[in-house]
Parts: sequence; structure tokens; C-alpha cells
Amino acid sequence: MPGEPKAPGKPEGKNAVSRRDFLNEIAGGALAVAAIGAVVVTVNYSSPNVLFEPPTTFRAGSPDDYPVNSVTYLQEQQVYIVRTDKGMWALSAVCTHLGCITQWKPESDQIACPCHGSKFQRTGTVQAGPAPRPLPHFALGLGEDGVLVVDKLEVVKETEILKV
Amino acid sequence: MATTAWNQQWLEQLRQTRVWRSIFRRGPARTNRTRSLAVFGNLALHVLPVKVREKSLSVRATYYLGSISFFLFIVLTITGILLMFYYHPAVPDAYRDMKDLIYVVSNGVFLRNLHRLAAQAMVVAVFWHMFHVFYRGGYKPPHEFNWVIGVGLLMLTLFLSYTGYLLPWDQLAFWAITVGTNIISYVPWLGRPIRFLLLGGHIIGQNALLRFYVLHCVILPLAAAVLIAVHFWRIQKDGGLTVRDDHE
Repeated sequence: MPGEPKAPGKPEGKNAVSRRDFLNEIAGGALAVAAIGAVVVTVNYSSPNVLFEPPTTFRAGSPDDYPVNSVTYLQEQQVYIVRTDKGMWALSAVCTHLGCITQWKPESDQIACPCHGSKFQRTGTVQAGPAPRPLPHFALGLGEDGVLVVDKLEVVKETEILKV
Repeated sequence: MATTAWNQQWLEQLRQTRVWRSIFRRGPARTNRTRSLAVFGNLALHVLPVKVREKSLSVRATYYLGSISFFLFIVLTITGILLMFYYHPAVPDAYRDMKDLIYVVSNGVFLRNLHRLAAQAMVVAVFWHMFHVFYRGGYKPPHEFNWVIGVGLLMLTLFLSYTGYLLPWDQLAFWAITVGTNIISYVPWLGRPIRFLLLGGHIIGQNALLRFYVLHCVILPLAAAVLIAVHFWRIQKDGGLTVRDDHE
């Protein structure tokens, strides 16, 4: 009879999609966006933006505090200050193998790790043990008042030595 | 009639009271049908099968290794919850609270040791269970996916052990987590971000302790409970612990 709603027929033409399927696809897409968004938001939430950790830049006293040809361990910062007749550099005391704290052994002129036996020279080069990389050198500079400043976030090449 | 013992008479009277009948709707099961209904219609029991094959109860079938693992999980949950009454997941408090539990709290040393012992026993039990299931061929089709779920449970057990290890906040804990998270950072690409998320920072400090605590007490136990449920359900739906498959 005229005026009655027609039953939905099959969509014609290539790639034709019915209204029902189209709306379902839109809804599915929206749900997918929401689900991905939920995961992304959760991961961002879990990644902290403000860290309450000890400052990574610190002052290390004046160069005169360190005698020539010495290796001094700063316990609070876990850094060695090494001074030779060529100059000074700052070495990380954290073993590059699995993160234990190394020790300076003056009797064998080596930095040794107690955990798995890695041995390093005072330049940081690996001499023995499972450590895969040499001990990193941290940026060492002189502040305005002549005080040494170490920045643990900036790793510099071995050849960069502070001349004092 | 008068020869029934006095306590039996008393029990019968109790069973007729309104309070009793409001809690226990059906009386004691006397027919096979009511016995089945007692399991089938019960909230706590209906996840279990109504009948089991006598063979599956034999010790030599499984040495009860799966059941032992589950039992240890229950022990760990209960002792863990009790330990939570005295433990603060905060940096100066955690170590002090452990000493508190050992030296001051009544039966604290017992509960703490029971928790630690059960944890180590559970690791042994799940490995033994895995080896025995392999030996028995319980991983063969159609049961392959249950083996996969079992491996997932193994990973959860080990990760629960690892996160729990940090909580006493002593030297053993600190360096174990140092080494472990540094191993994680060796994973290419994702290693360092995963380590950052796990520790909540670059160092092992307050954030790390809190995250490990939440993982250990909430997230991992819930995941384990879900996987345990699926693991048991698969066994049950496949016909029980000693089902004979066609190709055996």
C-alpha cells in the first residue's frame, strides 16, 4: 500500500553498504578510538612528570681539593673525580654491567665491581669482566667561583679533559 | 524414637527454626538428585563439578601439585593481607615495619616467615607441576591452550615473587631490584621506557616501592586469580584431571 515504509532492500552497486552496517562501522570505529585512547591515557598517567630525585648537577669543591694523580670517590653522588697531570675528569661509579656500585682499588690501580668482577682503568676503560661498556664520563666544568661542577645527565667523550 | 541422642534431637529442633530455614533452604541431601543440587545450586560450590572420577583423586595421577600450588596461593593471600595491617610502603617506614613485624608484633615473625616460605614453596610447586604436566602429556591437543595459560601463571608467580622481594627495603631487596631492572633495560627499544614506568623514575626510591607494592598486592593477584579461574575451568570442561583423549 502506498505510504507504508518499505523494508530495507539490499544495497546496490559495488562497495555499497547498508545504512545499518554503516552506522555499526561508525560505532565500532568510535569504540576503537575510545579503547586506544584509554590505553594511551593510562600509560601517560603512569609516566611521572615530576620526579623527586636527588639533583643530577652538583658542586664538587675546588680543584685544589684533589691532589694530582688521585682518584676520589664521592659517595653521595656515586662519582669518581680523577686528576692526573694532564687534567681532571668525572667518572660514573655505577658499573655498566648491572648497576652495582664499584670501588676504587689503589693497590691494583683499578676500579673494581664487587658483583660480577668487572675491572676498569681510571679512564673508565673495561679491563676485565662482563661490563659491556666503559664507565661513562660526566661533564665536568668550572663554575664562576672556581668550583667544580658535575652534570650527571651529560655524558662526554673520554678525550674531554678539564685542564686545571 | 526415644533412643536418639540428646544432641541429635537438639540439632533437629534447631533445623526446624525459622532462622535456620531462612539460611539453609533445603535440608540435608538424601537422594542423588538433592546431592547434585547441593553442589549445583550453591554459590561457593557451583564452580566445582558435581561428580569427579575416582581416578582423578589418586595421588599418583598428579601428585596434587596443582592443588598444592593453589593452596599456597591461598596461604599467601591470607598472610599477605594480615601483613598489610602493619606495613607502610614508604621509604623510611618499610624497613622499620619489617623489624616491627619480626620483633614486636605478636606472631608477626610467624606470619612473615609463613608468607616468605609459602612464596618460595609456591615457586618450587609451580615448576614441579609444570614438569609433571609435561611428563604426563597433559599439554597435548585439545589441552594446548591450558598449557599456555599455565605459562602465563608461571610468569605471574615469578613476577609476584620479584615485586614482593623489594618490599622489605633492605640491602638484599634494593640490589636485587637494581640488577633486575637493569636487565630489563637491556631489552631493545622498549627496555628503558619499561624500566622508567616500572620504577616511576630513574632511581629505585619511593615511587618504585609504591608501584611494586600496588603490583604485588592488587594488580598481579587479580590477574593471577583470573588466570587460575580459566585454568581450572578448562580442566573441568575438558572432563577432569584424568580424562582419556581419543589419541592417547
